Parts: sequence; C-alpha cells; structure tokens
Amino acid sequence: MSLAKRIIPCLDVDNGRVVKGVKFVDIRDAGDPVEIARRYDREGADEITFLDITATQDNRDTIVHVVEQVASEVFIPLTVGGGIRTLDDIRRMLNAGADKVGINSAAVFNPDFVREAAERFGSQCIVVAIDAKKVSFGDESDRWEIFTHGGRKATGIDAIAWAKKMVAYGAGEILLTSMDRDGTRAGFDLPLTRSLSAAVTVPVIASGGVGTLEHLAEGIILGKADAVLAASIFHFAEYSIEQAKRHMASRGIEVRL
Amino acid sequence: MSSVAVIDYGMGNLHSIVKALQHAAPEVEVVCVSDAETILGADRVVFPGVGAIRDCMQALEQSGLSEVIRQVALSKPLLGICLGMQALLTDSAENNGTQGLDIFSGHVVHFPEALIDSDQNALKIPHMGWNQVHQTQAHPLWANIPQDSRFYFVHSYYARPDDPALIAATTQYPEAFACALAQDNVFAVQFHPEKSQAVGLQLLHNFLHWNGQV
Repeated sequence: MSLAKRIIPCLDVDNGRVVKGVKFVDIRDAGDPVEIARRYDREGADEITFLDITATQDNRDTIVHVVEQVASEVFIPLTVGGGIRTLDDIRRMLNAGADKVGINSAAVFNPDFVREAAERFGSQCIVVAIDAKKVSFGDESDRWEIFTHGGRKATGIDAIAWAKKMVAYGAGEILLTSMDRDGTRAGFDLPLTRSLSAAVTVPVIASGGVGTLEHLAEGIILGKADAVLAASIFHFAEYSIEQAKRHMASRGIEVRL
Repeated sequence: MSSVAVIDYGMGNLHSIVKALQHAAPEVEVVCVSDAETILGADRVVFPGVGAIRDCMQALEQSGLSEVIRQVALSKPLLGICLGMQALLTDSAENNGTQGLDIFSGHVVHFPEALIDSDQNALKIPHMGWNQVHQTQAHPLWANIPQDSRFYFVHSYYARPDDPALIAATTQYPEAFACALAQDNVFAVQFHPEKSQAVGLQLLHNFLHWNGQV
C-alpha cells in the first residue's frame, strides 16, 4: 500500500495536431490530440502532458481549445507546457481545464515569475521544466547545466542548484529532461535523474531518451524518479500504457493498474 | 431535475469539477456560483478548493460565503474537496495558523519533514499522485467503489479530526492519515474525485444521488 509511480504520456502539439515524437522517422502527423488523450486515458495513463510547440502567437489559442475539449471528457490530471510566460498565460490554461502548467525558459529569464505564479495559483499547479545537459568531462565529477532554446543555448547555471532554487521559489514538481538523451531512445540520463531527485523535496518527473519499457523501470528504480514521461514509444501504438505499467509492475514498481 | 451548486469563491479552476459532475450524472443541473441564494436553493453543494488556506478563508469571509457553507452543512448534502475539506476543520497549521470553518472539530497539519518509505527512499512533499483509499466505515458515497481503489492526490497538509469516528477512509504516506471525513450530511475528501477517472466519477455520482442520510 503506497503511492504509485506515475506514467505520463506527452503529446507534442503543433497548431492543434500531435506531431511526431520519433526523431528518425519522417511522419509529421501523429493525430488528433483529443482522440489520443482519450486512448491514453483508457489505457490507464496517470496524467497527460501537452507540450505546445506552436511558434506563432496567433495559434496559441488552439492549445486552449485542445485542453478544453480534453478536460471535458478525460478525468485525470492534465499539464500544459510550452510558451507559458505570464500569469495570464497560466490563468488561461487553468481556466481551460489544465491542472498544472510547465514553466521552462520564462523561469530562467525571470526566476521571480515562478514565485509569483506559485503564490497566485498554488505550488500544486507549478511544474518547473528543466532542460539539462552534461558539461563535465572524463574524470571530472558529474555536472549538468541548464540549456534553453531546445538545448542550443547554454546558461552556465548548474542544474541541481537551479532545481533547489526553483523548489524554494515554489515549484511543486520538477520535469527533468536530459538534452543529451532526448530523442535518442537510449534511456534516461540516470545519474542526472538520481542526483536531482535526491537534491529536492518535491516529486521529479524523468524525461528524455525512453526507447524501451525497461527504460521506464530504470528511471524509477535507478533514477529514483517519482514519475516517468515519454512521447514516442506511446505514439503509433508501439507500446500501450498498459503494457508499460505491467512491465513496471513486473519489476516490483507500485503502479495503478 | 435535481441541482448541485459548485461554490465559486475565486480560488482557481472549476472547469474540471463542473465537467466531471456533468459527466457523472447528466440528469443533474450543475451550477457554478457565488451567490448565497442559489447555493442555498440547490439540492446539493460542492465546496472545492486549491491553493493556500489563508487566501481561501479570506475569500470566504469577504464574500460572506463562510456563513452560507455553515448553513449548508446543517441542511443538505455537502461535499468538500481538497482545500475545501481542510477549510471545514477548526484550524490549519498552514500560513502560520489559519482559522477554519470548524464544521469538523480538529486540525490540519503538515506532513513531517524527511519522510522515508519502507525501502528507505525519501518521500516527496507534496504527496502527489495515485494512492490507495482504504474505506474505514460503510457510507453511501463508497457505493460501487472497490476497497483500496486509487484516487489522485496533491497536497502537503492533511486533516487530523479530534474524533477518529469521523474518519471515513485513510491513506498511507507512509503513516495512515484521514483522507475522507463524514459527519451526518457532510462528506469531505482530500483527494480529487474529479481527477480520479472511473472511481472518482463513481464517487461524484454517488454524491449526486445521496439524500444526506447515513
């Protein structure tokens, strides 16, 4: 009897459509977000995360409609990330039916935004997304830094110290993505995940690099994550959420079946 | 047509709870309101809440809704959810001590620091995710909900009623805490039924057909 570890499928949404999560396969369109969210819910997803990758401000309204539609028929927690920069952005998402928002670059540019957001809306709905990349070499002790702009821009900020600061500012959860592993299907960066999870008091979601069901189990057992997030292995029905949960259960991980 | 009023006192998103109630019982009229007359005129009342308790109590006092909730608690089925449950107790340790509505006698306390589970892993705060709800008394709101079903939680504080007989269910994190309280026509849950998929909808369905009798 204890708290279940969570599996969170992530939908990359571009202008109202779910786009490919598979790096090496050239399929742009993976389908209708509402339909896919419904399927994940049926299969037992513990939460669903939408990452709005829409570049233009005009199309931002689309994600609000997607969240509204999904929230009207899928009764599990929903998180929306991507382009969250102002308190008004957060309010819009919550009013549309999102339970949490993911804040990434905006936190790096203005850490106080996280504090204001947590004060206004409560820590329970503020997820700080951290994109980290290993910067140590060879025999040096492991060190990771925060990168922005999809992993292209270094900030010089230590990832572990940053996570602690974000928790102190009111983050209720950390979504940790390894930029070294994202899209590689080689598994999570387990030393990064373990170090960061041990450093903070709030739940940590591991992300970036899942290619097999065993990777999900590793993220929990070796990475000490509280939840695992994956995109591509669940799209195109490569694996179902239920298969993933059964695999985790077979590794002795407590899951909601 | 029976009706349920969801109390809107300006604390966060009510979209999910309204949609979930509509889904759980399409024949029931769901209204999301802040005016006393409509709330007192509804057949049942849901008192939701997220965020910090001080803001919640301030909003209730300023709007006069605390008195409305006290009246509802004396007269018709009332369901408190999450912060809406915590506000029903005498007081809370949150925000350096905050007075509650004192409908349930007892206190709201923070999880202890540095919790560990049986495998020596650190337990995170907030307690977030799907945990088992162990029903400790028979109640109409548990109809068709299997013992130890998992519901979705997100909270750092929990209720500790003075009278253990008020406890309707417990959850372990890692010690057992009261995750549901029941007293006459009032029922309150720490978890989020509106985010707990099938079992959550079942609980809302049960509430929307409850006559307030135990």
